[in-house]
Amino acid sequence: MTGTDTATVAGSPPSTTSGAPTRGERLLEVVQRQGAFAVLVLVVAAASIASPGFATVGNVTSVLVGNAYPALLALGMTFVIISGGIDLSVGSVFALGGVLAAYGAGHGGPIVAIILPIAVCTAFGLVQGLLVARAGMAPFIVTLAGLLGARGLLQAISHEGQNTYQVPAGSWFAAIGAGTWVPVVTVIVLFALGALLLQRTPFGHNVFAVGGNANAATLLGVPVRRTRTLVYVLSAGLAGVAGTLNAARLTSGVTEIGIGYELTAIAVTVIGGTLLAGGAGSVLGTAAGVLLLAVIQNLIGHYISQYGSSASAAVNGAFLAVVVLLQTYLSRARRIT
Amino acid sequence: MSVPVLEVSAVDKRFPGVHALRGVSLSLAAGRVHALVGENGAGKSTLIKVMTGVYRPDAGTVALGGVPVVFGGPIEAQRAGISTIYQEINLIPLMSVARNLFLGREPRRFGLVDVRTMNRRAVAVLREYGLDMDTAAVARPLRTLGLGAQQMVAIARAVGVDARVVVMDEPTSSLERREVTTLFEVIARLAAKGIAVLYVSHRLDELYSICDGVTVLRDGVVVHTGSLSDVDRLGLVSLMLGRDAAAVRSEGVTAFAAAHGDAADLPVLRAQDIEVRHRVHDVSLAIRPGEVVGLGGLLGSGRSETAKAIAGGLRRDGGTVEVSGRRLRRDTVGAAVRAGVVLLPEDRKAEGIIPSLSVRQNIVLAALPRLSRVGLLSRRRQDEIVAYFMDRLRIKAASPDQKVSELSGGNQQKVLLARWLCLRPKVLLLDEPTRGIDVGAKAQVQRLIDELAGDGLGVLLISSELEELIEGSDRVVVLREGRAVAELSGDEVTEQHLMRALAAEADDD
Amino acid sequence: MTELSVGQQRVRWVGWLRDYGVYAGLVVLLAVDTALNPGFLASSDLRVQTFQLVPTLLVSLGMATVIATEGIDLSVGAVIALAAALLPLYLGYNAGLAIAVCLAGGLLAGLVNGLMVAISRVQPIVATLAMMIGLRGIAVIFNGNQAKPVLDPTLGALGLNSVLGVPIMAWLALVVVLAVVFLVRRTTFGQHMLAVGDNRTASRLAGLPVRRVLLTVYLISGVLAAAAGVLLVGHGAEADPANQGLNIELAAITAVVVGGTPLSGGRIRVVGTVAGALFMQLLSATLIQHDVPNSYAQILEAVIICVAVYAARDRGAR
Repeated sequence: MTGTDTATVAGSPPSTTSGAPTRGERLLEVVQRQGAFAVLVLVVAAASIASPGFATVGNVTSVLVGNAYPALLALGMTFVIISGGIDLSVGSVFALGGVLAAYGAGHGGPIVAIILPIAVCTAFGLVQGLLVARAGMAPFIVTLAGLLGARGLLQAISHEGQNTYQVPAGSWFAAIGAGTWVPVVTVIVLFALGALLLQRTPFGHNVFAVGGNANAATLLGVPVRRTRTLVYVLSAGLAGVAGTLNAARLTSGVTEIGIGYELTAIAVTVIGGTLLAGGAGSVLGTAAGVLLLAVIQNLIGHYISQYGSSASAAVNGAFLAVVVLLQTYLSRARRIT
Repeated sequence: MSVPVLEVSAVDKRFPGVHALRGVSLSLAAGRVHALVGENGAGKSTLIKVMTGVYRPDAGTVALGGVPVVFGGPIEAQRAGISTIYQEINLIPLMSVARNLFLGREPRRFGLVDVRTMNRRAVAVLREYGLDMDTAAVARPLRTLGLGAQQMVAIARAVGVDARVVVMDEPTSSLERREVTTLFEVIARLAAKGIAVLYVSHRLDELYSICDGVTVLRDGVVVHTGSLSDVDRLGLVSLMLGRDAAAVRSEGVTAFAAAHGDAADLPVLRAQDIEVRHRVHDVSLAIRPGEVVGLGGLLGSGRSETAKAIAGGLRRDGGTVEVSGRRLRRDTVGAAVRAGVVLLPEDRKAEGIIPSLSVRQNIVLAALPRLSRVGLLSRRRQDEIVAYFMDRLRIKAASPDQKVSELSGGNQQKVLLARWLCLRPKVLLLDEPTRGIDVGAKAQVQRLIDELAGDGLGVLLISSELEELIEGSDRVVVLREGRAVAELSGDEVTEQHLMRALAAEADDD
Repeated sequence: MTELSVGQQRVRWVGWLRDYGVYAGLVVLLAVDTALNPGFLASSDLRVQTFQLVPTLLVSLGMATVIATEGIDLSVGAVIALAAALLPLYLGYNAGLAIAVCLAGGLLAGLVNGLMVAISRVQPIVATLAMMIGLRGIAVIFNGNQAKPVLDPTLGALGLNSVLGVPIMAWLALVVVLAVVFLVRRTTFGQHMLAVGDNRTASRLAGLPVRRVLLTVYLISGVLAAAAGVLLVGHGAEADPANQGLNIELAAITAVVVGGTPLSGGRIRVVGTVAGALFMQLLSATLIQHDVPNSYAQILEAVIICVAVYAARDRGAR
């Protein structure tokens, strides 16, 4: 993840293992890939039994709606991480998208409110992608600077955060993010499209190839630089979409939003079974990760409401550490070349 | 004779400081398997890279089917029908077998990848290569296969539909014997289809069992090309090493003096049954104080790995190391160094020098804990040591504070030697100590090895240069495919004996 | 031929920017500031600047040792939060004890990071990211999810008082800077640290204690971050784990990189890091003084990070 993702240590033996993995390793692999789903099912079952209030319609929709738009950040992050990178700027870009959408709604109408944020955020992602893929800079530092830059940009637009742009009353723009089911359906549709893009298109295959072994990918004819650039474009674009929809929902461009969202997005993605080292992962797994953390957050809120977000941050971190250790163990046990 | 499928004529390629290829010509005919052999630095990999579009030649031409071509990169060469199979499997281990096979040319339906068709076709393609897998199996990650099967997938991918030339660069280095057999069947089938195969390997048995023709490279020049049946093993080895098989020199060309070591002494180093999976098998060595033991073998025979495994730099899968009768309990570099066993690695740049540190810092690096009190450096003692060794080894540097990466190869090598010598080791493992350094420095290093042995150190000497090995060593242990196959001592330490040992056929065990 | 020399000139120019750019930048900034505001160097503003600078500087020095080994420590902000959470819990007994507990907490966080990196061989960014996410959450819970006033004379003195006209904090920073310089130049550990960062394979084959070196740098980073946390709490007279130390990892990485230490390891510039931290602090102070909106300052900072990383990029053969 620091730019030398595929360089093998010189002098290490070309191979140390042969033959198929052992049963134990296979089991661990299944745990790593499907663990989020299994834990999700367990937690939901346990919670439904333990607290009758959990499985009510109201609670379920609040779990879903509350996490709908930020989940899109995890969708983009899934692509970035599979490609062997990381995007720390998504929280800021999400906020930037929201502010631009509200500004556009007030100054140009609904169409501008949709096009402006997505265009700006995509361009922002393009710059980051080029810095990573062409200038060869480490993704984390580029996107860390991007986190700062996007925040600065949105403050410049909102007069240092003093102006909270409002979506004019009656604009149909507000409708695209409103209600209970609109956000949920929108996000589900986008996740489905993301899954198709990742699993069923040559671009998706290239993302896996670049993250799995960039040197080999080059030799196999994969456009490595273009693929790397595009994942950052996609990630920032999705963050822009998420920000836009969120602004429509809130009918305003809130500036103090999205702080730390990148961390949640990374945690969710990795807990969902995407390898932080790149090369493996799935959109479905990320969806499971999103739901799992949402449920846990909901439960935490239910029982120890005063510590809501910080307790879930602690849970996120612990989860992440466990998953990452598991992943490292797995990839070391089965290192090839 | 028909037009060759691929013809390289009079190719020259220079790199800064190296003339890698000099007027090299090679032609590959349809349906024939041609061997390319040569020792380290002979220019094999440069030639392959010229043929596969990685490098552009400085002079000379590459012609495909009689038409001159210039490739902009490996992808263009692939599209033109030249496929390469590398020593390491260059596929994506975490992606499914079928995806690896079809990456970049996935079958599509309605714009989306048609996974079912892809998997079905993968099953059919792989069956041709002796892999019997069903559609569920090809959907699993590549790494769930054994290495042999992975290599076969790589070949299936490389050959694809329209390959005319297949270049295989040591494809068997990580295969089991059974897998090698399958590979040979596949190669025979490729040849039968009219594909030209260029086969690069150091394993003579393999060459003689599948290749028709052979080209021998040495120092960037073609020294022999012709039919493989016209040259026997000993002849091939002499060509590779540049020795006349008939004549044995009576006079030395190296700076080594006479024999050293007393046969009566107990060994200072005894390595027993060293095992490193896929690399070294059951190798045992003993070195007495003052003795120089040579480790001979062709490229890829496991010499470096043996030395590394003894020095703790490579994990041993079996075997023991004893120093002065005491067994090393831990399998780490630190334990070996503390016991007095040190390794001068083969790859100076990647494994030896710390490039941005100074000459001084590089020399005292390993000795720092001994030169300092409670972790604090004593500059005076460092200076003494550094001055002593820079003088004794005649290290040429502007000052001890010059960056080591700015020194010549020979001086870098001496810095690395000094790094170990200031620890007063008991056993020196020297892996190609004179490779890539100029003649003057080379003689100095050779003389130094003699002196050190004279001082009572045990030395293990690895060298690809026959005269260095013969004249420098008191005994020579010969490795082939990771096994010790011969030991020459006394009068047997001659080039003839050594070459015969290198060229001998493998026993079928 | 001409092409080559143009390329070399460019490399030399970039190399100069990496090695001396930060000092040049500092001089220019100081010149501009004193020209526009002659009282600049004497003003009490300088004290305020010092208070803001020192915590970041401490964290940057720890970060520099980690970066020298080709690592990164993203968890420093969370360690500050931990310190802020631990302090009020133990202040009732004794300020010295409370500070010791904070530093021990920092060590513990560094130990976990270091074990993950050195023993489990998790990539540094990943290991410390998990710590960054989880630890702040834990800290906030410890603290009862609210900012607490901290009115302790010892801590207050550490955070605000001066000796010989110079804030205690600055003396402390001076001691730490000298200690790190000493560590790098005069100890076995310092040499090993650079060797491990420059060529890990060669270091391993030279018998160096690679794991111990890696573990140690994360311990250093953890304990310095905790110390920064103590100072922040003392200065602000408030323990606020939810907000204290937010984004300090970025400020620290910026200071290190602007100071000329490449992210690719094997080099460390301690004085450069101090200059880097000073430069960034002075820059933001200057911009604020001239009423440049915070937003533009942030964008400028992002650009400077990118330029510095680009200039310090590893162009070596490896």
